[in-house]
Amino acid sequence: MSNTWQISADWKEKFPPVVITAGFILGVVGGILVKLGNPPNMGFCMACFERDIAGALGFHRAEAVQYLRPEILGIILGAAISTFFGKESFARSGSSPAVRFIIGMFVMIGSLVFLGCPTRMVLRLGGGDGNALFGLGGFITGIGTGTMFLHKGTSLGRSYKEKFNITSLIMPLLAIGGVILIFMRPPFIFFSEKGPESVHAPIPFSLGAGMLVGILGQRSRLCFAGGIRDMILFRSPHLLSGLVGTFAGVFVINLIFGFFKPGFTGQPAAHNNQLWNFLSMALVGLGSVFLGGCPFRQLVLAAQGNGDSIITVMGMITGAAFSHNFMIASSLKGVQLGGIVSVVLGLIVCLSIGLKARER
Amino acid sequence: MAKVVDARGLSCPGPVIKAKSAIEALTSGEIVVLVDEEVAKENVWRLARSYGCMVDLVEEDGEFRLTITKSDEQK
Repeated sequence: MSNTWQISADWKEKFPPVVITAGFILGVVGGILVKLGNPPNMGFCMACFERDIAGALGFHRAEAVQYLRPEILGIILGAAISTFFGKESFARSGSSPAVRFIIGMFVMIGSLVFLGCPTRMVLRLGGGDGNALFGLGGFITGIGTGTMFLHKGTSLGRSYKEKFNITSLIMPLLAIGGVILIFMRPPFIFFSEKGPESVHAPIPFSLGAGMLVGILGQRSRLCFAGGIRDMILFRSPHLLSGLVGTFAGVFVINLIFGFFKPGFTGQPAAHNNQLWNFLSMALVGLGSVFLGGCPFRQLVLAAQGNGDSIITVMGMITGAAFSHNFMIASSLKGVQLGGIVSVVLGLIVCLSIGLKARER
Repeated sequence: MAKVVDARGLSCPGPVIKAKSAIEALTSGEIVVLVDEEVAKENVWRLARSYGCMVDLVEEDGEFRLTITKSDEQK
């Protein structure tokens, strides 16, 4: 018999309206944020925006990309509120946290060599950026490779419920602190005065959009890596429908605003070095499978009180600082030698983790 | 005694992988899957339903016990 999806499964389980709607709204809101001032094809990007936060805190010195991104703070707050009202609040951790930190660093490095996390990859596709197709190819390849490891028993191990529910307060409190700092603008927080991050949507809109997407992401379990992973593993389109929804949402809104510009050259915040677009997203895909979710999902889980995901997000922010301090991140001109070396190193490290962390 | 699959504390998609191989190894009868997260519960539930299995759910102290029953016709 086929071990795949059977006719008996309800279509609502295959194509759940809540996941499609969450994805669609994320796409639409992403397009609107660009209209309101965010950089093109960058309504949301977990990698770019966490990188901006790393810059705002002075962890790197790339002056053009320093901004305490309200979208990220909003996503954390939205997901935390949704968790609280859904009575899902829990604190748990203990699944190889230091390994997750390292994988988080490499997922960020891969994203910044490609120039976008999986969420932005979909937004770029919806804006007509053909380079993102090579990223998508790499992402699928990385996820496919990761699922082969999962089949062989690769797992970072169990997490455990914590005795006290303190961990679930960490991210929401940090986010509230971040919101206060945005409005106070103290001198020790950096705000880009020129470059891509000096142009952004008005703070209340960015914050509100982030909160909306955080709530929807928490409720729907939207995950860009999970969508492709579950399709490969179980032939289940459940989560993939969120990715398709995001693409549809941003595509429609881009057509309405006239942002849709198909092509490979001159795409905003992108380069057309296709080999490295492919390999960098392969690294992101592979790492995300081992982590159990894409950067967006990690952020939502962190807000829920998953200590392992909090460590992963910290790893990602560290990876962002490395990327800009050590000439790893790509630019419009293309990839840097540091990016090439780091992506290869990341693939070797992640494949080694996959081989080592096998349960059977 | 039904086989027990302990999938507590595993991140996505660990619980589903474990449950899937247990359901496939089963010709007919019951297996019990233990999970301790809402998401894992939903995912294992959905997987079992996709195989046309009956699922019985018991919640205790934030942990979920899913008893999955497969009959001969659902192979």
